[in-house]
Amino acid sequence: MTAATARSGLHALLLEGEFVVTAELQTVDSADPSAVHELADLLRGKVDAVNCTDNSAARPHLASLAAAHLLTDRGVEPIMQLTCRDRNRLGLQADLLGAAALGVRNVVLMTGDDVSAGDHPEAKPIYDIDAIHLLRIARILRDEGRFLSGREVGVPPGFLIGAVENPFAPPLEFRPMRLGKKIEAGAEFVQTQICFDVDKLRLFMARCGELGLLDHVWILAGVFVARSARAARYLRDQVPGIDVPEEVIERMDSVPPDRQPDEGVRIALEVVDEVRRIPGISGIHLMSIRNETAIVRVVEEAGLLPRPTAVAAPVA
Amino acid sequence: MARTLDRRPPPQAPPPRGLRKALLLVERAIKEPIWDCRMCGQCILHSTGLSCPMRCPKNLRNGPCGGVLQDGHCEVVPEMRCVWVQAWEGSRRLPLWRDHLRHIQGPTDWRLQETSSWENLLTGRDRRAPTGWTAGAPG
Repeated sequence: MTAATARSGLHALLLEGEFVVTAELQTVDSADPSAVHELADLLRGKVDAVNCTDNSAARPHLASLAAAHLLTDRGVEPIMQLTCRDRNRLGLQADLLGAAALGVRNVVLMTGDDVSAGDHPEAKPIYDIDAIHLLRIARILRDEGRFLSGREVGVPPGFLIGAVENPFAPPLEFRPMRLGKKIEAGAEFVQTQICFDVDKLRLFMARCGELGLLDHVWILAGVFVARSARAARYLRDQVPGIDVPEEVIERMDSVPPDRQPDEGVRIALEVVDEVRRIPGISGIHLMSIRNETAIVRVVEEAGLLPRPTAVAAPVA
Repeated sequence: MARTLDRRPPPQAPPPRGLRKALLLVERAIKEPIWDCRMCGQCILHSTGLSCPMRCPKNLRNGPCGGVLQDGHCEVVPEMRCVWVQAWEGSRRLPLWRDHLRHIQGPTDWRLQETSSWENLLTGRDRRAPTGWTAGAPG
């Protein structure tokens, strides 16, 4: 496949071998579309695509499908996230098809944080299927033009299919093999969990290379831009699976609160600088907690602006 | 459609009720105390290092989620070690099935819950994947 026939703008850039930049959209708790539009305006032209999370941290927010659609209104390419926590296989397939119909050209499919991590811990978690099943189902829908049941769809979705992986959580030795399974199931690109410990990512990537995975997938390293020591602690203590080394907390603590945002940007820039040099890393995925301006600062100060223009991909 | 339907095992009369009940009783009596088996009726224990994947609060049958705590415990039940950390360790000790961890396991058939996986193995019922799944399978 060439850049001219790419599935999305992101896909075109990856095919052209550009070092891509994606960012995560803040959760929105409002029925007012301008809340999403304002965030879109901040990020437009600064990153290549923007992830719309699906009830992130197991709390309900504006739906990822709606946010993705609102981003396209503002000329920002969305990556729609979908988790297995809140929907069974019927709901997931319906949303995949619906997303494609509304112009979503990238999806990232994952298991999802458990309800116990969120503000409705009494809820019934679904987990009818797992992330690997969902990746395969998306691939069947797209490439075979069928639902899981075998029933045919009219026009199949044309999106690029992504997954997530956490190279920093146990069992570390299993992680590269699990990524291999995700690729076999249908993942074409992967965004990693937040990386602070670059050595762990290097080990993971080396092992993926040994397994022959790096020619079959684009890997984007997750990078967090902390606004404060409190934000770094929140990540460590409240979000399962994130490895925040003690040095990071100490560094944030070592500067007065008014200079902590700068320190957060500096740490993120150091991580970006290191991960860029790891063979097989095709881009970065920037995350923050209500800190878009810092995300834009990181992109700018890392010398990643202006962003290349993608060859316009045909509508799905 | 017919092409993929042909790959399903031929329909078979279920074994006699008495035999089914006996299988279920014996299987439960053995598997529950040893592996904390959840009687999903589509057993893949040998492919998961003898760690029952249905003990995973997210019912993951293909590997660990991203939320495993740094000490190797479960994010949902922090006092429990992650089922998949145990599966990895267990699989390293299995000579024959060591690499089965690599295999993609199909979606769970929830209708088989509380049935005997031995019966389903004999009848081929546990290998009947949805039509789209088998059509899309690689290779």
